[in-house]
Amino acid sequence: MALQTRVKITKTADLGEGIFELVFSCPVMAESARPGQFVNVYCDDASRMLPRPISICELPGDGQIRLVYRVVGAGTKELAGKHPGDGITVLGPLGNGYPFEGKRAVLLGGGVGIPPLLELEKQIGIPAAAFLGYRSDKTFLLDDFRKYGAVYVSSDDGSIGVKGTVITALERAVSDGFSLEGAVLYACGPGPMLKGVKAFTENNGLTAYISLEERMACGIGACLGCVCKTMEVNGHSGVKNARVCKDGPVFDAREVDLS
Amino acid sequence: MSQVNTEVSIAGVTLKNPVTVASGTFGSGQEFSAFVDLNRLGAVTTKGVAVEPWAGNPTPRVAETPSGMLNAIGLQNPGIDTFLKRDVPFLRKFDTKIIVNVCGHSEDEYVECVRRLADADVDLLEINISCPNVKAGGITFGTVPEVAQRITRRCREAARQPVIMKLSPNVTSIAEMAKAVEAGGADGISLINTLTGMKINVRTRTFALANKTGGLSGPAIHPVAVRMVYEAAHAVKIPIIGMGGIATAEDALEMILAGATCVSVGTANFRDPAASVRVADGIREYLEQTHTADIKDLIGAVK
Repeated sequence: MALQTRVKITKTADLGEGIFELVFSCPVMAESARPGQFVNVYCDDASRMLPRPISICELPGDGQIRLVYRVVGAGTKELAGKHPGDGITVLGPLGNGYPFEGKRAVLLGGGVGIPPLLELEKQIGIPAAAFLGYRSDKTFLLDDFRKYGAVYVSSDDGSIGVKGTVITALERAVSDGFSLEGAVLYACGPGPMLKGVKAFTENNGLTAYISLEERMACGIGACLGCVCKTMEVNGHSGVKNARVCKDGPVFDAREVDLS
Repeated sequence: MSQVNTEVSIAGVTLKNPVTVASGTFGSGQEFSAFVDLNRLGAVTTKGVAVEPWAGNPTPRVAETPSGMLNAIGLQNPGIDTFLKRDVPFLRKFDTKIIVNVCGHSEDEYVECVRRLADADVDLLEINISCPNVKAGGITFGTVPEVAQRITRRCREAARQPVIMKLSPNVTSIAEMAKAVEAGGADGISLINTLTGMKINVRTRTFALANKTGGLSGPAIHPVAVRMVYEAAHAVKIPIIGMGGIATAEDALEMILAGATCVSVGTANFRDPAASVRVADGIREYLEQTHTADIKDLIGAVK
């Protein structure tokens, strides 16, 4: 059950390249949170009305929730200025999270889409590989992922790993013998990457669960600000639209229209 | 605690307190009911519903602005059939009044939707002739007095419930619009809908909203709304539901003192899902602290 509450920050860190980490304590929220869900973070500056939806990176235990996010504007900048001991208002956990299918999980994360895959990899429990795509060799969370399984790195500029996207790295790995048999793909990243994942799974007869991002207002499924197009009529909306915040953010790639 | 009366009446419908929510910010209450006790609201105003399902606009549909936001949802809604089957029975479980916001692409569609609601167990209809985000219908009916008057009359004739006309602030004279719908037989008016705005991302050199323009809401527009409620209240005798940037009880009381009989909390719901109930509680506290026996004594009290 989601709740809105004021919580205490227990840790902050600058991970470089505009990526920041924030850990807060909220046992009741942590207890019900699942990988792939997100929390709304509210600015203390009331002139910034809308929450910032940030995915849950990790549930480190002890009632802690770890968020890893990119500073993109004034709101996330305010957040990055917080210190341990400071308070923040949060609401969560929100959204549906990644489903577990009991199959080999292949994780595909691009940029700030990487963080939510960490808790997934921890919990999914089946030896998995993580394909992580960065802009350059300024990486983040690499050591966290290496604790749990094989990691394949790619970068836009080729300064680390395979030059290209996570799809490039995945295709390279497959041609080098990496097996996708019986595997399910779990992805989070920018729109073009998710389109690539959807095309890849369709071409290879695979299932992929992808986490979508969209500008949100309420975050709880009421305002219809953050919809995505769906292939079929959605039961709630009555049209070919689903709410990213409530029906997602994770969707079976086959169900959404990313064109 | 002293006994204060927070009841107000809109077109013969009694609300236990003068607080509802602004259409479109609260769905049909289902999602918010996890955070707010709907029994503590005077009424729930539902998101606009049309005869057929509407898919709405492309995304991005929302953007933050200083002390407010722009939206261009485009009145996405599941259509009246789903609404009647799913949303009305849900809301009826609560001890609150139901105000149904009605939208259409044409006069006939508004009338048809009003007719479909005739047998529904709902209390008031709010006719949305002021949405800035749909190409046909919406605001095009809410900016020409003769058109607004005609559509009011047609809805009034088709409706079993009292009809409230929701007015646009994107007009030269709100008093003239208020008079037009009163002449058309409106039982009340609600204002303001959003102000048409635009935001451009200078980094990407694109519009923040796919629709290019959107409706501005939030505390940024509150003074405009107070002024328009005041002007409308002095132009007509029918009751007014005041809205536009209400986030606190003080904001709501301003609107009531300007002439609103009740108020709607809108964009503030996105920052605090319980904002509406906090406003209702704050109004009660104000009445108690100022030894005001009846909220009705405050309506339009500042001349």
